[in-house]
Amino acid sequence: MAEIIIKQVAKSFGTFQALHSIDMTIRDREFMVLLGASGCGKTTLLRIIAGLETPSQGEVWIGGRRVDHLPPRERGIAMVFQNYAVFPHLTVFENIAFGLRMKKLPQQEIDKRVNRTAELMHIEQLLKRYSGQLSGGQRQRVAVARALAMEPDVILMDEPLSNLDALLRLEMRAELKGVLAESKSTAIYVTHDQVEAMSLADRISVMNGGKIVQNASPVEIYRDPAARFVGSFIGNPPMNFIKANRQDIGRWRVAGLDLYGPSHGASSLEFAIRPEDLTIGEGGFIATARVVEPLGAHTLVTCEVDGKPFRAVLDSDLKVAPGDVLTLIPKPDRIRWFDPETLLAV
Amino acid sequence: MSTLAPTDEPRAVGDTRRAGRWVFITATVMLMAWVLVPIYLLFVNTLSSPSEVSGFPKTGLPSFDFASVEFFLSFSGVARALWNSVVVAVLTMVLSIGIGAPAGYALSRFDFPGKEVFRMVVVMTRAFPLPLLALPLAVMFIRVGLDDTALGLAFVHTVLALPFAVLITFSLFSGIPIELEEAAWTLGCNRLQAFIKVVMPLILPGLVASAVFAFTISWNEVFAAAVLTIENRTLTAFLVQSLNVSPLHLKFAGGTALVVPALIFIFAVRKYLFAMWGIANR
Amino acid sequence: MQSRFLPYMLLAPATLFLAVFFVYPFVQIGILAFSSGDGFTMGHIQTMASHWKFGTALWNTVLLTAIIVPIQLALALSMASIVTKLKTGRSTILFVFAIPLGLSDLAAGIIWLAIFEQSGFLNSMLAGLGVIEQPILFLGYQNMWVIFAAVVLAEIWRATAIMMVILVSGMGLIPKEYYEAAEVFGASPWKRFTKVTLPLLRPSLQTALILRTIAAFEVFAVVVALGGTTLPVLMGETYQWQFTMRDRNVAAAYAMVILGISIAATLVFLRLLRVPKEARL
Repeated sequence: MAEIIIKQVAKSFGTFQALHSIDMTIRDREFMVLLGASGCGKTTLLRIIAGLETPSQGEVWIGGRRVDHLPPRERGIAMVFQNYAVFPHLTVFENIAFGLRMKKLPQQEIDKRVNRTAELMHIEQLLKRYSGQLSGGQRQRVAVARALAMEPDVILMDEPLSNLDALLRLEMRAELKGVLAESKSTAIYVTHDQVEAMSLADRISVMNGGKIVQNASPVEIYRDPAARFVGSFIGNPPMNFIKANRQDIGRWRVAGLDLYGPSHGASSLEFAIRPEDLTIGEGGFIATARVVEPLGAHTLVTCEVDGKPFRAVLDSDLKVAPGDVLTLIPKPDRIRWFDPETLLAV
Repeated sequence: MSTLAPTDEPRAVGDTRRAGRWVFITATVMLMAWVLVPIYLLFVNTLSSPSEVSGFPKTGLPSFDFASVEFFLSFSGVARALWNSVVVAVLTMVLSIGIGAPAGYALSRFDFPGKEVFRMVVVMTRAFPLPLLALPLAVMFIRVGLDDTALGLAFVHTVLALPFAVLITFSLFSGIPIELEEAAWTLGCNRLQAFIKVVMPLILPGLVASAVFAFTISWNEVFAAAVLTIENRTLTAFLVQSLNVSPLHLKFAGGTALVVPALIFIFAVRKYLFAMWGIANR
Repeated sequence: MQSRFLPYMLLAPATLFLAVFFVYPFVQIGILAFSSGDGFTMGHIQTMASHWKFGTALWNTVLLTAIIVPIQLALALSMASIVTKLKTGRSTILFVFAIPLGLSDLAAGIIWLAIFEQSGFLNSMLAGLGVIEQPILFLGYQNMWVIFAAVVLAEIWRATAIMMVILVSGMGLIPKEYYEAAEVFGASPWKRFTKVTLPLLRPSLQTALILRTIAAFEVFAVVVALGGTTLPVLMGETYQWQFTMRDRNVAAAYAMVILGISIAATLVFLRLLRVPKEARL
């Protein structure tokens, strides 16, 4: 059992507040992704869980044990670093065996575990090599194997795929998911790549400015962003936002359309829709196409609605040219509303 | 400065380019000769018999007569001076690395109040004529019984070598990504174990080079050695104090005895020359 | 963790060492130079200054420095430029240029003694060329300027390497793009050197000049090896007062003079070659 509980953890570097009182629970064997732009505090949080950084306040519990005063080696964790941190003076075998030797496991057990994890990561033919003789992707595999061989309660990963090229990243992503699903470890994975987060996570914590903005399943994060930030950060292209003025209780005027919406007291809200949730038809937003970008399966059309840019992802069969006037209908069940004051979902 | 302009690849074609090339090569060869010929001449004198050394005119070729060398080695006090030089240099090496490396590590791995002040003091030491330290220390050493000892002199030489040791180890440690240490911590090491198992093997060559460097600084130092040693003179102290009374062939053999180990050391650490002087002097 | 105190624990030995063997002795020198049995005195300074050799020693030291350092700078810049331009044999040539770096000043003095002494190689060569009949006594007090020139040569020979290495590593830090940009805009090789290399090299020039100037004020063993006490210099006089005259206080007074001109030179170079923080590489 390795449930991780984070209670009111805060961290400041000098006058800079990197984390504001974070509360979070990560269930046993869950795959949690911390997602956010650089500088949002996600790596700091991971390093606090690892014990590489001391929190300014708050508690960290792993598997029912308070660990925030313990050094990394006593926390039952293993970590995969962004630059892999494969020891250059040791062979791949010795790298994977490093932690096992520190645990003083018998040689037989060490051999067994190294071979098993090496096989799992498809590096069994590299065991005698040194890090200098490996490609980036191979080093990455060694780093993961080294962490897995520890059979840790918790495996922490700090942007492990960000130094790989696009194709390798795709391949490793799928492999990581499979390998970690089979391990008994709870996983925390830090990334700024939303696609990576979506594809790997059981749950995603979206972070911004040292706070957790939303903590939910990938689908929920995508479909029901809890805050305007999440909607604009997740999804490529991001959500469209249009100012909505209250007409009546539950009736809002959005760029010339009258729409039913929440019965909210504010005089204005923000209407939000994802670009792929728009179809062409009668009685929608009047949009002038400005830039047309065919993407293969779809075509991304950047239009102007109410004098503001507005994106739509349309079927590539539709022939659209710059200057065309389109009428775009939002799918009613996909419309979301945000309060412009609190920036939270309504 | 005349060598400078032609060193750039001239854009004009043909003759100009070839002429530039020749000037460049000539300048290089002449500068190399300027460095090497004087050393060669010292060796010629050392490998000639005493009578040849004071003879005139000289041919510029060695006769490979080892009488001068034998004379030097059997001269009273020389063996002891050589031994003293080695002892002081080894002590300096151990002290400056032993004291300097931890400081270099602290500077490279931690941010803490007072860090810049310490760095400034270390860098500043080089703006002082350090051999002069020998004057007051001579008095202090008499008081504590360190006068005329290898250890006392090694302390002064360590002041010379310490700033280099600190700054060089600082740059060596900074060259090892902190993640390697952190990875070792997450894999079950405490700080010390991580240092021994991961950092040490990686910086060892550089550390040896800076130790050799400290050795050379001590080996070559003249003024403090001459001030602080009387009975237990080092080779430099011995030579400088007997200069006006010793015969020529003794001086030249002594000079060679000073030069040869230094040449070997410089050759051994040639890969690190830049880390040593270049970076340490930024 | 213990990491808050760890850095201070690691620095403690070095700090303690520097306090005992660097700061304290320099304070002691000051006390020695300015105090007698009953308090402050300028007596030792007066003794030093009124001695007939003081003026000559000061003049010789400053003149030696003023001649040696600029020549070294030019030579070191040439060597560094050659080394950075080299494509083949770079490391060998660099190593050869750097050899004197590892040699003692005493060894350098002895090496040049082999050339300048009466039966030495310079006389042998001159005789071989038929310029002279009898060997000349170069290093006698009658030929003070030859001793001076020999010291200059030996010092240039020995200590240019250190400047060169500092400058080579400084040049290594200048991105190639600047030169390419300058070339694209039509700068000649000489213009590139004066408009790109030199300004960007300022921090390295500063270090090299400070280091060399201070070392030049400390010139000692080379002078002793080539001229004995014939050519008085500050460091040699310090040694004489400490040993031959057995007067520590006047020796300390000399030390204060060397310290004074060293600090003055450092400040001058710091001011002259100052690089504003925003303009650093």
